[in-house]
Amino acid sequence: MATTSIQVNETPLVLYLLRRADDALILGHRLSEWIGLGPILEEEMALGNIGLDLIGQARSLYAYAAEAEAAGNDEDKFAYLRDAPQYRNLLLAEQPNGDFGQTMVRQLFYSAFADLYWRAMTESHDATLAAIAAKSEKESAYHLRHSSEWVIRLGDGTEESHARVQEAVDLLWPYTGEMFECDATERTLVDGRTIIDPATLRDAWDHTINAVLSRATLTRPKNPWMQGGGRAGRHSEHLGHLLSTMQHVQRTYPGAAW
Amino acid sequence: MYTQGLSNPDAPAPAKAVEDAGLAARFQDRVDAEERIEANDWMPEAYRRTLTRQISQHAHSEIIGMLPEGNWVTRAPTLRRKATLLAKVQDEAGHGLYLYAAAETLGRSREEMFDDLLSGKAKYSSIFNYPTLTWADMGAIGWLVDGAAIMNQIPLCRCSYGPYARAMIRVCKEESFHQRQGYEIMVALCRGTPEQKAMAQDALDRWYWPCLMMFGPPDGDSTHSDQSTRWKIKRFSNDELRQKFLDALVPQAEYLGLTLPDPGLRFEPGAGDAVKDGAMKDGVRGHWRHGPINWDEFRQVLAGNGPCNRERISARRRAHKDGAWVREAAAAYAAKQAKQKRAA
Repeated sequence: MATTSIQVNETPLVLYLLRRADDALILGHRLSEWIGLGPILEEEMALGNIGLDLIGQARSLYAYAAEAEAAGNDEDKFAYLRDAPQYRNLLLAEQPNGDFGQTMVRQLFYSAFADLYWRAMTESHDATLAAIAAKSEKESAYHLRHSSEWVIRLGDGTEESHARVQEAVDLLWPYTGEMFECDATERTLVDGRTIIDPATLRDAWDHTINAVLSRATLTRPKNPWMQGGGRAGRHSEHLGHLLSTMQHVQRTYPGAAW
Repeated sequence: MYTQGLSNPDAPAPAKAVEDAGLAARFQDRVDAEERIEANDWMPEAYRRTLTRQISQHAHSEIIGMLPEGNWVTRAPTLRRKATLLAKVQDEAGHGLYLYAAAETLGRSREEMFDDLLSGKAKYSSIFNYPTLTWADMGAIGWLVDGAAIMNQIPLCRCSYGPYARAMIRVCKEESFHQRQGYEIMVALCRGTPEQKAMAQDALDRWYWPCLMMFGPPDGDSTHSDQSTRWKIKRFSNDELRQKFLDALVPQAEYLGLTLPDPGLRFEPGAGDAVKDGAMKDGVRGHWRHGPINWDEFRQVLAGNGPCNRERISARRRAHKDGAWVREAAAAYAAKQAKQKRAA
């Protein structure tokens, strides 16, 4: 009987790697949903490009997780044979694309974090992670630039675009807190200098976001309440639908090689 | 600004009569001498119109062609397949961009050409009006559709119009990569489970005939060919290209262990086929001959009655409409920035 779902031995390092890989894959998948729907051809290419970078990051992280777990899992088993509660991504990454403004705000929030995060992670004492970080940092810097420029353009564009993008900021804001969480599992890796504590990036992220929102003439939401749960596998309703699409072929033909 | 500058509405006069016979003769001499015609060179109005039509149709085909494959990006069965398919569709957007840029050098703006696509005035390759029903269609499209496109496009790298020829060099390199990618998908399916192999056969059954039709009507019926051949836009006839495609296709299908859905398919030996060393010269090699093509289906799809004609155009119209506020915002922002710059 071919496998239709896998169990993962979530050591701290494996769990950590899956969390970051899942962020990149789920967000990359969301961007790939834009094919054929972009507002202008150049943007279809750019969204595809960012999506490809993220899927590439996910693959490197899954490959390392497979190596660290050494239980016969691989990138495709991690991606295609885990159900929603086994996914560890940020809730932000799985939020639907909405309109182009919403996609760009989601990207801005994530990339402003990822840019800082991967830059700091280049100092990891784990050589593999430092190498993945070095590649991801370059890509994230471009993603941040691209999404910032669009949020500024849309925020300071027309009355309609301003209203739409402000609505997106308000909608997605409660999902930004989760990026800075560091639970007991990750704490052990922080202590070993394998990873950094994301909470240390908070001020720098605020600084970037405040600057972009201000240039975009947008208002930073006041409500401090933040949603969480993604890191522990408690997701929004959206992830199940995403996975049912993404995993459809693998689950229909269990065990086949593609 | 560049495009607006070029899209002068009263520029292209349909005034065949006023064209200088001397200029026309010199133009043809240059074409005959295999010189490249460049954007600022004199050219007959009909040459300009033919190329604008052909290059913009080609660009539209790339843009519409993103949709059937985009249909499977979110369902690609492995991360490697997902990444390569996404990259492929992105290449197609890139081809669309180069080709619109090449067509713009002839005087029509990308916006005008794109509007013609959305209004249904401009055509695109009919092949994209067929649906992609299983993952195997990603293999079949790469192998067959891109394979047919390459047969058509390699000769265009030597097209007399420089900007088109140069765009095609890059496009062809990427297309041949796409074709290998598609064939590799087929190889994996044909080496897989019986269900996967059946999926591959079903995809071949659906795409074979539409791909033979991609080369256009038989030589006797083609309306644009003679003049295009004189202008060295077209180097081979529709039937010649179809023949090259079929001769390449048959052994590839055989290698996969798949059957072409063509009961009339037969090999017509050439004079040199008795020679066993494989070093046969052109003209003595035999050819595979296909059975009768259902040209009525081709005409129906061309007339808008293919399985996906309406869906493809309405998807592009919807995207364009949904993106209007984004384009307006970008223009408004740019105008504000320009105003501030002037004030400073």
